[in-house]
Amino acid sequence: MFALESDDIRKTFGHFTALAGVTLNVERGEFLALFGRNGAGKTTFLKIAATLVRHTHGKLRVEGVDISDEPEKARRYIGFLSHNTYVYRDLNPVENLRFFARLYGLKDPEHRIESLLDRVGLQRRRSDPVRGFSRGLHQRLGIARVMLHDPSLILLDEPYTGLDAHAVETLDQMLDEASAAGKTIILTTHDLEQGLRGATRAAIIDRGKIVFTGAANTAAIREAYASYIRVGVSR
Amino acid sequence: MKVKILAILSVITMIPALYMIFLFAPTEATQGNAQRIFYIHVPLAVVGAYGSAIMLFIGCLGFLITRDLKWDRFAACSAEMGVVFTAAQLLTAMMWAKPIWGTWYAFDSRGTLQIVLLLIYIAYFMLRSYLPDREKRAKLCGVFGLLGMVDVPINYLSIYLFRTQHPQPVISPGGGGVDPDMAKTLLMSFIAITLLYAYVFVRRLTIAKVEEEVDYLTQVALANE
Amino acid sequence: MKPLTAIVFKDIVIEMRSKESISSMLMFGILVLVIFMFAFESSGLEKTVIGPGELWVAFSFAAILGLNRSLAMEIDNDCLQGLLLAPLGRGELYLGKVASNFAFMIIAEFIVLPVFFILNNLSFDQRFIGIAGISILGTLGISAVGTILSTISANTRMKEVMLPILQIPLSVPVIIAAVEATSQILNNEKPEISAWLTILAGFSIVYLTVSYLVFEFAVEE
Repeated sequence: MFALESDDIRKTFGHFTALAGVTLNVERGEFLALFGRNGAGKTTFLKIAATLVRHTHGKLRVEGVDISDEPEKARRYIGFLSHNTYVYRDLNPVENLRFFARLYGLKDPEHRIESLLDRVGLQRRRSDPVRGFSRGLHQRLGIARVMLHDPSLILLDEPYTGLDAHAVETLDQMLDEASAAGKTIILTTHDLEQGLRGATRAAIIDRGKIVFTGAANTAAIREAYASYIRVGVSR
Repeated sequence: MKVKILAILSVITMIPALYMIFLFAPTEATQGNAQRIFYIHVPLAVVGAYGSAIMLFIGCLGFLITRDLKWDRFAACSAEMGVVFTAAQLLTAMMWAKPIWGTWYAFDSRGTLQIVLLLIYIAYFMLRSYLPDREKRAKLCGVFGLLGMVDVPINYLSIYLFRTQHPQPVISPGGGGVDPDMAKTLLMSFIAITLLYAYVFVRRLTIAKVEEEVDYLTQVALANE
Repeated sequence: MKPLTAIVFKDIVIEMRSKESISSMLMFGILVLVIFMFAFESSGLEKTVIGPGELWVAFSFAAILGLNRSLAMEIDNDCLQGLLLAPLGRGELYLGKVASNFAFMIIAEFIVLPVFFILNNLSFDQRFIGIAGISILGTLGISAVGTILSTISANTRMKEVMLPILQIPLSVPVIIAAVEATSQILNNEKPEISAWLTILAGFSIVYLTVSYLVFEFAVEE
């Protein structure tokens, strides 16, 4: 059973092609690192999977649910984190999480919120408005928001951007825990070492196509990364 | 080729139309020569303002359903035609109203609707120019165009109701019994202006397509630099 | 229904903390009334003649302030994306935002309205209730069209300026109908306002339905 099945996903608009046919299956429990240059299509692909952007061709299923037919159902399985945290600055962490819990219609939200605040280490700041938070604290709350509805597929779009060392540690720890709990994770980044840290598999996307997939931490991925991304950057 | 035929046809019909308006049609008894404006004004309003509204509606709906950019271009060109023709139409209305009603403008039902329509066309354009991203522009303008055109019948209804409750100037440009020569002149003018509209519209659509190609090629050229 | 109330409740909590939306609408509304008073003081015109127009200019411009503020809050930190990730339809999201925009506008208007009565030396009788009723209907129309238009204008570079340019031409039927109905009530004629009320209700229904269907295009990236 696949957590994510992408069959020939294309995204074009007028003359512009963002994705030229991405076929990628991710098994349940896999931790996939998706590498690519800026503009290669990795963010577009992730946003399509998160139902934020509509694809022009192909089929994409999340936990067997077609995202075009039943987007609302698919969204229940998906947790999406980018470098923006999508939390309200005028609300405190508890209010923010309570709001999202209501949106998702969670049962017994208070218990879940407390345990999440413990895990991301925001208990002490629980009633301060988010406005005064540092980037790191912000992202910790963002992580709590993503994990709130217990998603089975976690999509992370360049989550390390702008994080301090401490926040990176929290994020890594949360990803390890999620991975150990059998969650499926897809993470995009352009940084090889950060991407490979916890990953079980790696893929490279270039000019809107998957050009390489293979087990993480092998010489092959490093070679492919060097040829596609390093070359791309220098050119 | 088709464009050329349209151009030739609109010239061929425009000359007799102008002849009929200024020389053939009899001078109206009460309004005098000012009434001749009406032969230009009515086709401009009907074809230019209302016709553009229907086309803008179709263009926006077409884009939202198919997500094909050609409908967005269609909508944009309709709105552009709408701005030009509605403005021209309002100008002719004022030229007529000043000598006949003694005022540049009267808030009667049609006149008010035309002004609101012109404002919506202009707002549509301003929105287009402030959206640099091609995809976003098409989507958001599609939504706004649709909402704007849905407004037109409601607007008409409310303005119509407004007029029935308030006294309005009674002389309408048509006058009472229509002379057959006047009717012929109006028909000819209608044909000429419809052809002119069609010609300019098709031309504008072609140019819009070329503009898009140029934009794309510029981007490609910049990317490969 | 649950996500809808969640959105309204969230907006209320934010408003209670920041106190930006209602207070700015309120202040602006009252300022418009005061300016009108100065502008027409020497004209000697009957208060009930200019009153309805004055009131609806105040309401519709104050509404634009509230709408801009409401969307600025969702755009800040990309919160709108967070809403789009939640398991609710785009149409429901639209209705949720309409509900909270409507609620805030009504609160501000119901404070401006007594000020209007006092400034114009009107007595608080049946007319007050009648005009309050028209305000509810008119404001529903303004928030129905304003919520989707503010989402559109938020994508442009100069969003605060763009909203009135888009909103005012489209709300002409609401303004005409609301001003006419208000004027008839205020002048205590035998009011023939059912046609105007129909237009107000019809406008709201049409725009709620159309916007519900196309809101997806306004928020899609």
